[in-house]
Order: sequence, then structure tokens, then C-alpha cells
Amino acid sequence: MPALPARLSRVSESTLLRHLVLALAGMVVIVLVLESTSAFRNGQLTAMAYLGIAAGGLTVLTGLNGQLSLGHGAFMAIGAYTTALFLQDTEPALPVVGVLVVATLVTLLVGAVVGVAAARLHGPYLAGATLALAVAVPGIAVYFTDTLGGEQGLNVLLPEIPDWFADAVFFLTANDMTTTRYVAYIGWIALVLTFVLLANLSRSRVGRTWRAVRDDEVAAEIAGINLARARVLAFVVSTACAGLAGGVMALAVRITAPSGFMLTLSLTLLTAVVLGGLGSLLGALIGAALLTFLPQVATGFGADLGLSDVQSAELAPLAYGLVMMLVILLAPAGIVGSVRGWWARRGTSA
Amino acid sequence: MRRWTRKLTLVTGVVTAGALVAACGAGSSREASGGEAGGASDVGITEDTVTIGAHFPLTGVAAPGYSEIPTGMKAYFDYVNAQGGVDGRKIEFVVRDDGYNPTNTSQVTNELVLKDEIFAMVGGLGTPTHAGVVDFLNSEKVPDLFVSSGSIQWGDEPDVKPYTFGWQPDYESEGKIIGQYVAENMPDAKVGLFLQDDDLGRDSEKGVRQFIDDQIVAVERYTSGNTDVAPQIAGLQAKGADLVLSFNTPSYTALSQLVAMKLNYQPQWFYANIGSDPTLVGSLLSKFSEGAVDGASPLDGVLTTEYIAGVDSTEDPWVKLWQKVWDEHGENGELTNYRIYGMAKAYAFVQALMAAGPDPTRDGIVEAVEQWDPATPGPELAPFRFTADSHMGIAGMQVVELKGGAGEPLTPVLTTDIGDAPIEEDTSGQADDAPPASGIPEVEPVG
Repeated sequence: MPALPARLSRVSESTLLRHLVLALAGMVVIVLVLESTSAFRNGQLTAMAYLGIAAGGLTVLTGLNGQLSLGHGAFMAIGAYTTALFLQDTEPALPVVGVLVVATLVTLLVGAVVGVAAARLHGPYLAGATLALAVAVPGIAVYFTDTLGGEQGLNVLLPEIPDWFADAVFFLTANDMTTTRYVAYIGWIALVLTFVLLANLSRSRVGRTWRAVRDDEVAAEIAGINLARARVLAFVVSTACAGLAGGVMALAVRITAPSGFMLTLSLTLLTAVVLGGLGSLLGALIGAALLTFLPQVATGFGADLGLSDVQSAELAPLAYGLVMMLVILLAPAGIVGSVRGWWARRGTSA
Repeated sequence: MRRWTRKLTLVTGVVTAGALVAACGAGSSREASGGEAGGASDVGITEDTVTIGAHFPLTGVAAPGYSEIPTGMKAYFDYVNAQGGVDGRKIEFVVRDDGYNPTNTSQVTNELVLKDEIFAMVGGLGTPTHAGVVDFLNSEKVPDLFVSSGSIQWGDEPDVKPYTFGWQPDYESEGKIIGQYVAENMPDAKVGLFLQDDDLGRDSEKGVRQFIDDQIVAVERYTSGNTDVAPQIAGLQAKGADLVLSFNTPSYTALSQLVAMKLNYQPQWFYANIGSDPTLVGSLLSKFSEGAVDGASPLDGVLTTEYIAGVDSTEDPWVKLWQKVWDEHGENGELTNYRIYGMAKAYAFVQALMAAGPDPTRDGIVEAVEQWDPATPGPELAPFRFTADSHMGIAGMQVVELKGGAGEPLTPVLTTDIGDAPIEEDTSGQADDAPPASGIPEVEPVG
């Protein structure tokens, strides 16, 4: 009976097929989780999805290509504002998917412009330049108050749930679609698509080029790699992810205001990447999960201990900081990186 | 390669299991199997509790001052609970921190509505923060009572936002009252406007311009978050404004005072109510100036407005009640104007809950607030404007001059409304009423 194993090994040899199978399995898990959890958890999972998409993009940039960006919050803002501008009427010009595609493309264009400049910068200079971006972009929204809503931001009017989608999900699960769950589906489908693309990219020639540039510029250049082109491409891919994440965030939050895109957002994304493990998509997802659930758990824990509201609220950043320090001290390669390292060591000693 | 095959077997297993689970679905179209769940009209209400909640900035830049509001509300609810609650139900007040970030507000509001299952949101704070959740609250049919912001958007479209109600006087009405006061008492003043660049500045400018459009010589706007207001204050000085009407938050009152001192600019200042708390501004002044400016004395002689009696009116019967409540049920710290603000709001909610009857429902409490009797005694100086056509809060305020941290009235309580509603002296007697001896409102159920 060599047929099945042979076929399976062919699947496992093909990167694309392997990732598609994983993605399909992921989708099944997602449907199960979203349908069996409460609306509140659905909302939290949406937040995890958009943080995961952006962190996935960032982990490819930083982990595979060695470029540090402190400005991904700004690219999320661009994606979010594009989405918000399209969703001002109850009858938007494009369906939600179209809006998200446009948001991704707009961010991609901006990312390309910034990326061309960024490709000339290294290390702290690149961090500085992207940091400036993170500070400046929310200011644009304030400057163009009339179109971008200023400090109060733009409200996002969520279009009706398409009937075919509600019907399809109902067909599978017998649950009626709620708006919160609908947005959660959008977020997770976007996440799966993004991760399949990123995983393929990083296993392909392009990904190998990025790693080569990260590890040794001179060697990479001697091998015929165009350094600038590789850097710009990595930056553009990464910003497109941030743009898509911003679009999903606008749908989930239903308002796009400058105070949602302060520097802390960019740093949060970086934290997610570092916590999970640099360069690992799974790590980005775990990091996003930690950032989404940890504050609420910490605050709830404080309230259970009988602390006052203010004290419990202050517990969240404390827990966040402590986890960060613990990970850096005990698992400097991040959660996924450390587990992998442990796994590999176990394998060799056995 | 073999490892991958093994993994794939697992994956295939999971997919198959998933497909099986999915097959447990309806397998038919939605229309076929109708039967919607009935409207859960009394979420958050049990036999002996009423759970309500709100979002406030407990951490971050907006926390000073504002984080005290929920402590005041809680103290008053505890006071009511200690006397048996409302219709035998204790009020449980869940406060969630949003750090004044609309993204967080949306998350904590989801948590309040979907997880904590609150009956109503009471006093959610902030214009940009609350604006992001108004649609959600209304689509979930959650009463959104007494938003802690004076933007007119909470009350001017009750048909679009039927569950949302304002509380404090809106910024436009305040602008009108201030504008009229200036037109009548300082007709020769060269007026400069110092505005926060959002609903606060926009709504109030609209009100002010109805009366003194031709007296305004300079308009300067600042963005909340940008702490350098020197260009704006210098701009007012350069245009020769000798009366500055400021519609800003407390931090910017302190900042504008400091910059004016540096520039040796001494106009008559007129701060809107929201930015004029002498105690908070005093402490901010001494913090920002690293101790060089001490106490609230720089605000002496400053004009502002009042719509509830403040902590310095120690003889006011309402303030006496608040002091008693705070002494019995408050957390650490002194009674402040922000805590009084919270208690007055909590008092209004208890009134609304009583009016909604012994079996309150979400729609019932909305109806009860819409039928609010303006003569009901309450801490507010002017009556509420709540009707089915308007969800605007307190109708008016009085102009006061700050002296030694307390306000001395310069006008009687004036009431008005948005648009071109006239400004009238209040005759409802709201300013002179007193709380019942028990300190708990006495309201009959409506309808």
C-alpha cells in the first residue's frame, strides 16, 4: 500500500501544498473556536487576529531580513483610515473584502516609498526614521480635520453581513451570524491568507535572499543579491500586512482615531514579535494572543484579589512588563524560539 | 520527510474530525428554520442585583481627575446599597479602564456588554472614546445613560441613538450662556478664543459666536496631546485679546496659565466649566512648574460656569450629603469636585432606576428617562431637558467668579438649548432644592 504514504510525502515535499493543508486545518479550528465561544471572546479573538497579522508582517521584516521598524503602528493607521474613509455610508462603494484589498494596496504604496528610503538606513537609523513615522502619521489625521475627523476620528459604519456568508456559516454550524462574529471571521480569514503567503514567501527564493541579506551583506552581494531590492521588498510586504491589519482593526473597533495609533501600538507589535520568537509566524500569533488576553486576565485577577479599580487597571501594564522581562531573561529567543531550541537539543542528546 | 508524513497524518485526522463536527451543522438554509430568541429585556437584572458599568480613563494622561469620577459614583451606590438598594436590588457598578484610547474603549465595552452583561452603561467618559461605542450600544439596545461629556451628539438625534442620553450641559449651550454674559457685561472686550480642536471647541464656538461674533479678534486651537501651547497663547497676545474664552480640559488650563505667565500676558480669563476645577488645576500648575507656582491662587478672579454645587460650597445641602456619603463609603482621599460629579450622576441613575419601576427593563428605563419630571429635586442647578425628542442633559448653568477656590455667582442660573433657543432665567427652583433626609431620591415609577 505505497499509494497513500507516497501521496502524503509528495504533499509534504511541496511547500505550497503543505501550507495549504495547514491553512485548511487552521480554518476548521477557527470555525470551531469562533462558533463555540461567546461574543465577547469573539471580539477578543478579532483583536488577536489583527495584532497577529501585523506582528506576522513585522516578524518577517525583523526576523528574516534584519530590519527593525518602530513605525508599523503608522502603517496600521494608514490601512485603518483608508478602510474608515470607504465605510462612511451605509451603502459603501466596495464590499468589505474590496475595501480591505484597497487598504492593503494603499499601505503597500506608502510602504514602498518609505521602504526605498529605509533601504539606505541601517540599525538605529532605520529605527529612528520609522519611529518618526509612528509619531508623525497620527498628526496627519489631526491636521486634515475635515476629511480625517481630527482628534475624534472617523466612525466606521459596518456594512450588512452578506447573505451568502451568513447562509454558508449557518449551513455549517446552525448558528446565526452576529456582527462581532462576522468581523472575527474576516479577521481570521485575513490572518490565514496572510500567513500562508508569508510562510510560502519565507520558504522561497525570496525568503532565502532575505536571510542572506540579514546574515551577511557582503556575502549576499557577492552572491549577486541586490541588497536594496531585497530590503525594499521585505519592507513592502511587511507594511502591506500592517495595512491589512489596520483595516481589520477599523472594522473591529468601529472608530479610527489618532489616539488608537500612538507610538505604543508600534511598540506593542514589536513586543508581540519578541515575546513569541523573532522570525516565527507561530511566535507572532502567540505574542498577539498574550497581548490580547494578558491585560484582561491581569485586571480580572486584581479585581478578584479585592484591589480597587484603579489598582487592578494598573496591574495590566505591570503583568505585561513582568512577562516581557521573564521572557527576555529565561527565553531570550522568544517562546517559540526557546521551545524549538529545547526540542532540537532533546533530539541530539537522545 | 518521514516526520512530515507523521505530522500530516495528524493534520488529516484533525481535518476529518473538523469536517465531522461541521457536518453536525444545520445543513439547511437559514430561512427554513426560523425561530429567533426572544428579546432579553432585562439583562443585568436579578432578583437582588442590578449590574451596570462604564469605561473611564483610570490610567494614562487623562486619568488625573477623571479617574475620581467612578470612585464617587461607587461611593454613592454603596450608600444606597447599605440602605437596602433600589426595590431590594443592590447596584453593582463595574468600572473598566480604557486609558482614553478609543481602541481600548471598544474592547472594554464589548467586555462590559457581552461578558459582564451590564443592564446599562452609566457615565462612560470622553467624546472620542465614547463616540466609537455609541453605535454598538444602540444596536445591542443597551441603555447608554448620562455620558460624561458635553458634546451635543449624545442628545440631539434621539431617533438615531434612542438609547443614548447626555447629562451635563452641552458645550453649545454653555458657549451661548458665556457669549451672552460677555455681550451684556463686557461689550468693549476684545475677545480671544482658545479652543480644543474637537467637539468641545467646535460646539462652544458655535454657541459663543451667536452673541459676540463681532467682538472676537483671535481664535486659536490646540490639539489634545500636544502640550506646547505657547504659539497659541502668543497668537492671542499678538492680536491684543484682553478677554480669553477658553474651552479646554484642566491640563490645558494649567498649561495656558503657565505660558501666559511666561509671556507676561494678563487678559481676563474665562474658562469653561470642564477646565476650571481649581483644586486639580492648582495641583497640575504646581506639578508642571515643578513647584514654582503653588496652589490655585493663579485662578483667582477667573470667570467660569457651574451647574452643580462644588466641594467649596460647604453649606449647600447637596454638598453636605456628598460629604456624608464620602465619609461613610468613600475610598482613601478627600471629597473632590470630580467625586461630586460622579455622585450627582449616580444620584440621577438611581432616580431613573426608581422611575423604571419594580421590574426595570432596558426599554423601560429609557422611557422613564424620556418622561423625566423637570421638577424632581436633584443636585443639578438647572433641570434636565429629557423628552422623547431630546436626550440633552442639564439645561443650563450660572456664571461664577473664582475666589479662593470657590465660585461666587455673577448671574442667576440661566437655561437654554441648542440652536437658537433663547436664554432664560431658570424658574424651576432646581438650584434651591435639597435632597430628602435619607439622601436617597424619592421617585414614583412612571407610566
